[in-house]
Amino acid sequence: MSTPLLLLTMAVCGLVTFLIRLSFIAFGHHLPDDPRIEAVLRYVPPAILGALIAPEIFTGANGLLLPPDNPRLWAAQAALLVAWLTRSVLATIAAGMAALWAIQGWVG
Amino acid sequence: MFDDSPRAEFFGGVRAELPLLLGVVPFGLIFGVLGLAVGMPGWAVVLSSSLVFGGSSQVVFAQLWGSGTPPPVMVTTVGVVNLRHLLYSAAVADYLRALPWRWKLLLAYLLTDEAFAAAIGRLRDGPVTPYRHWFLCGTGLTLWTGWQLSTLTGVLLGTAIPASWSLDFSIALTFIALLVLSVHRRSDAWAAMVAAVVVLPALALPHKLGLLVAAGAGIAFGLAMRRFDRKNR
Repeated sequence: MSTPLLLLTMAVCGLVTFLIRLSFIAFGHHLPDDPRIEAVLRYVPPAILGALIAPEIFTGANGLLLPPDNPRLWAAQAALLVAWLTRSVLATIAAGMAALWAIQGWVG
Repeated sequence: MFDDSPRAEFFGGVRAELPLLLGVVPFGLIFGVLGLAVGMPGWAVVLSSSLVFGGSSQVVFAQLWGSGTPPPVMVTTVGVVNLRHLLYSAAVADYLRALPWRWKLLLAYLLTDEAFAAAIGRLRDGPVTPYRHWFLCGTGLTLWTGWQLSTLTGVLLGTAIPASWSLDFSIALTFIALLVLSVHRRSDAWAAMVAAVVVLPALALPHKLGLLVAAGAGIAFGLAMRRFDRKNR
């Protein structure tokens, strides 16, 4: 992607994000206040995060990476446990990276 | 007596935001390192922190850009990732209704996860005063400053970190942590699991549309499973 196109895409992403944040602040009364919309919105974060995580863990340069030859899967499980226990982003990243390095050092 | 001057409200917001920076600064550092790792120019990584100003959506942007995604799909995906901010906008709208436009525009720009989280308690439960929006301004500007500086530092450090450290894995780890924080009900977990399973075959779809298709499937399944959640959650 060329530099102007990268800049333009980033600017449009910023504008869309800004308009989402401005929406109710700007037009409070005129937006539909429907409980069904809120119900849908509540599932957006877990669904999009699930869709983002799986490819990071299961795909490599040569397509799907399956267990048990996938160190990222084991490290991700350790991270999931730490995330669940501590609810800390920092502790999750630290535990997951430590687990990955330990497995890679052990296997390699 | 409660000090409700703009200055006191602003620094109240700054103090409320500072502990959250403990999580934000490392994320900013990692994002800076990652942006370089997927091949984005350093200036673009730093610029995205002020143009987009939304951590997870910036990571997604970098990741999609690194894999050659068409711009319309990138914009749509970033929009979906940030769609939850509609809820924040709705939650603060009442408290900002009487403000002039320049304030509405500034506070909308600053309305991110952590700025909202640190300010909503003050707005909702604190005393009703004419300058309480300065509190949100304090949390937002503190977060903004911390995010810009940590991203910049990450980019400066990033060139010194070798690829063999597998630091790109911290994307998945950040998302795992955010996922656990976003799961409150059983149906939330179903939405995440279905999206994760659907996305793997859906990756074969053209133009990187798989992410949006999988998220849609997850949302639909979560909604369908909603009636099995425990009540009052």
